[in-house]
Amino acid sequence: MQKIYTKIESIVGNVVVVKAEGVRNGDLAMVGNSYANVIKLDKDLVYLQVFSGTQGISTTDAVKFLNKPMMVSYTESLLGRVFNGAGVPRDKGPELSDNMIPIGGPSANPARRIVPKTMIRTGIPMIDLFNTLVESQKLPIFSVSGEPYNELLARIAMQAEVDIIVLGGMGLKHDDYLFFKETLEKSGALGHTVMFVHTASDPTVECTLVPDMSLAVAEKFALDGKKVLVLLTDMTNYADAQKETAITMEQVPSNRGYPGDLYSCLASRYEKAVAFEGSGSITILSVTTMPGDDVTHPVPDNTGYITEGQYYLKNGRIEPFGSLSRLKQNVNKDTRDDHRALMDAMIKLYSAYNESLEKKSMGFLMSEWDEKLLKYGELFETKLMDLSVNISLEEALDLGWEILADCFEPNETGLKTNLIQERWPKKV
Amino acid sequence: MENIITGVVTGVNGNLVFVKVDGSIKKNEVGFIVVGDKRLKGEIIRVNNGVASMQIYEMTEGIKVGDKAEFTGELMSVKLGPGLLSKVFDGLQNPLPELAEQCGFFLERGIYLDPIPDKDWEFTPSAKVGDVVHIAEAIGTVPEGLFSHRIMVPFGLRDTEWTVEKIAEKGVYNVNDTIAVIKDDKGNTENLSMVFTWPIKKAISCYEKRLRPDEPLITKIRCIDTFLPVAKGGTFCVPGPFGAGKTVLQHMEAKNADVDIVIVAACGERAGEVVEILKEFPELTDPRTGRSLMERTIIICNTSSMPVASREASVYTGITLAEYYRQMGLNVLMLADSTSRWAQAMREMSGRLEEIPGEEAFPAYLESVIAGFYERAGKVELKTGEIASVTIGGTVSPAGGNFEEPVTQATLKVVGAFHGLSRERSDARKYPAIHPIDSWSKYEGIIDMDKVDNAREILIRSTEINQMMMVVGEEGTSNDDYVVYQKGELLDAVYLQQNSFDAVDSSCSTERQIYVFNLLYTILTENYSFNSKRDIRLFFNQLRQELLDWHTTEFDTPEFYKQEEVIKNFYKEKIVK
Repeated sequence: MQKIYTKIESIVGNVVVVKAEGVRNGDLAMVGNSYANVIKLDKDLVYLQVFSGTQGISTTDAVKFLNKPMMVSYTESLLGRVFNGAGVPRDKGPELSDNMIPIGGPSANPARRIVPKTMIRTGIPMIDLFNTLVESQKLPIFSVSGEPYNELLARIAMQAEVDIIVLGGMGLKHDDYLFFKETLEKSGALGHTVMFVHTASDPTVECTLVPDMSLAVAEKFALDGKKVLVLLTDMTNYADAQKETAITMEQVPSNRGYPGDLYSCLASRYEKAVAFEGSGSITILSVTTMPGDDVTHPVPDNTGYITEGQYYLKNGRIEPFGSLSRLKQNVNKDTRDDHRALMDAMIKLYSAYNESLEKKSMGFLMSEWDEKLLKYGELFETKLMDLSVNISLEEALDLGWEILADCFEPNETGLKTNLIQERWPKKV
Repeated sequence: MENIITGVVTGVNGNLVFVKVDGSIKKNEVGFIVVGDKRLKGEIIRVNNGVASMQIYEMTEGIKVGDKAEFTGELMSVKLGPGLLSKVFDGLQNPLPELAEQCGFFLERGIYLDPIPDKDWEFTPSAKVGDVVHIAEAIGTVPEGLFSHRIMVPFGLRDTEWTVEKIAEKGVYNVNDTIAVIKDDKGNTENLSMVFTWPIKKAISCYEKRLRPDEPLITKIRCIDTFLPVAKGGTFCVPGPFGAGKTVLQHMEAKNADVDIVIVAACGERAGEVVEILKEFPELTDPRTGRSLMERTIIICNTSSMPVASREASVYTGITLAEYYRQMGLNVLMLADSTSRWAQAMREMSGRLEEIPGEEAFPAYLESVIAGFYERAGKVELKTGEIASVTIGGTVSPAGGNFEEPVTQATLKVVGAFHGLSRERSDARKYPAIHPIDSWSKYEGIIDMDKVDNAREILIRSTEINQMMMVVGEEGTSNDDYVVYQKGELLDAVYLQQNSFDAVDSSCSTERQIYVFNLLYTILTENYSFNSKRDIRLFFNQLRQELLDWHTTEFDTPEFYKQEEVIKNFYKEKIVK
């Protein structure tokens, strides 16, 4: 017999308090028509965080405890579907209740992880060639608002060779949500995609649930041997939602109003990226917008300490400096013998180009060498850095050699002689 | 089991659980919350009006008001005994590979396994019946890998004279067998096995006296050993922004350090990095012993996604194991990565306890806790007269890379050496990215201090001239200044920077450092004559190339001396006659 409580003691922010007994921490409840979960117990007082917000909740609304933690259904029929942060369908499809699994499960045992060794090809030279994405990596795109980060994410999602895509949208503009949906539909990728979307106008609490829902589902797919790519956009909105909740719960803020456990919150989600021994994997690609282009803001700063590198998106391009894939060493030695050497040489020359550019802007005289670098930089930016470029790694490497040959003599590149003999394009 | 103190859960807030207790309890005592068939471990961190606040080392989902709590009467402790080396533990000394065998891919909560492997050891007694022994005194040994592991009288017994009543003969015994019985002056007897426990937050101080750390700990990293030395029994910290190479530097230290045992506490950092150690170390050989590096290593791994409270415990678990091995006359290096995560764990708990926050919401006792931790390092003289040490190196991950924040500042107050990593240097791919001018060390290194100071002076001058040149351009700089600038750049490029991917250059022995430094020092202090800046640049470029080539030749080989000759002949041409 399920007991229904009809006396709500207090309503503060998104939290309601009822007197109840035998309630477990973390359990799910219904408050009126909305789901809620238990976040604090104090003697007979139960603190419930209401997913859809407390607007319009009356002190006599029914509170019913469901005796189970927050769960999400895991079945094949998830594919192609769209849900909100509470797991309620956003599309016209039926609600799913088969094979419910809990969200926010325990972390993977480090002793059972394996060193990742497989590259994920994206067709974007700035990623494939210079900062290779590796299976099971967790990598954010640091971006200023206004940059085409969602377009970039959608492109990677469509081109990456993975079995399943899980998209977690937090605080998405409705337009962006439609953009993702349409792009995936058009490319035919929707059939192996699950979307958990919280749009900017939805209740805040649902935003904080999106990563857990997405990752719980992804984890199950990975354990079933699937290569899963999880896209999370935008994690700054997630952190802001956490901040909002923490402050209404009167927690002591630590840095710019964010709760003291921001690092742990982000880390326990990002650390779900994993390659299981003898099974599938989860790769996490997220977006972290940097308020005011400030990388020392608590959200990008904490993220940088957690993730295995980052892509800086600036002026519509992935910056070669500042961008880093910490795992690229694991894979770029096995792609093609010239990959590493060419990558290093091209970046060094591009860095020299930037110096020449600076000299030029300060009015210094341009030497012959400077002119060569300027030509090189120009070609590099248009042929490789531009986000619209879509070529395979091998084509990108060949193109790299062509650009070099176009601008320099072989001995000016700092490349080893044997590589030059083998790869330097013959003049026609 | 009689008379277990129990209690009843009255509230849950995050990983803090409130328990109404009947009977006597201690602060920092360990207890369990019984949830269904699971028992979740926790520690009492506050008692208020008969209600104990327990910090739970696991996720608290599913706990309800009215659940039962059981207390053990013991402080949070680790088990000490043979078999700890080459193990991988979580922050509570749970062996992770064994846990994986039992639970599979995930860390299930409420499962605690024995950290000491249930194994037989070849015991050789060193005490005999009738001998008088004291705490921490050895009664025998077992061979553990490279070391003779001393079986000692437990540190926690009464500090008095104990008489050996019985002791096992030389032979093979299980680690948990009783191998000796001892009796004190009041007639209390104790059965001793090879294993005993010790509370992690209490420093082990069963030594004769503490000594000043005056012997350098060689890391084979030139920049550290020559310019910013670390001493055996000393402390050092490595603050740096993300991506500056803190963890890579620590791994290099863990590989090369000239100590007997290395304990790596990965505290709140990426799991992937621990996996790298796990897969890499067993493959590497320790040049000192020719055995696998893993045999001298213990890993405490409480990565960022594991529960926060056990993250706080993990650094103490690490240091306690280090102190235990120090009691055997060994030199131990404990590396904590990163202490900021540990401080953040304290901050989270402090927030839940609703304590009045200090700077950036860190608790007011942050400084004293950090000081207390680093003070557990030290070079000591044991009761046997042997000298042993525990050295602590901690990384700090300051928010936004700004060293003015509380954890970095509190750490700088108590450490003996500061290796600050700089974003500028790591962006310019200058590794290790330790800032040579901002960093400091109070310990003596392997090279004459005066020479080191002079070399540092050249670096400082060179930096100043470089800044000046940015304003006035190369044209506005005198040739003499330009030479100093180039000298500083040379010192940086060929001495401070070190290629960790090169088989030879990645570890530079003491002899080699002294040899190379002396030649470089002579080169830097000579006067040269040049006609133009172009000359200067070409000369130093060539010199740099030759010196870099020299670094990749094996020390004390014909090629090494041949290259030295090339360098000597080259620079002498330009000396003012």
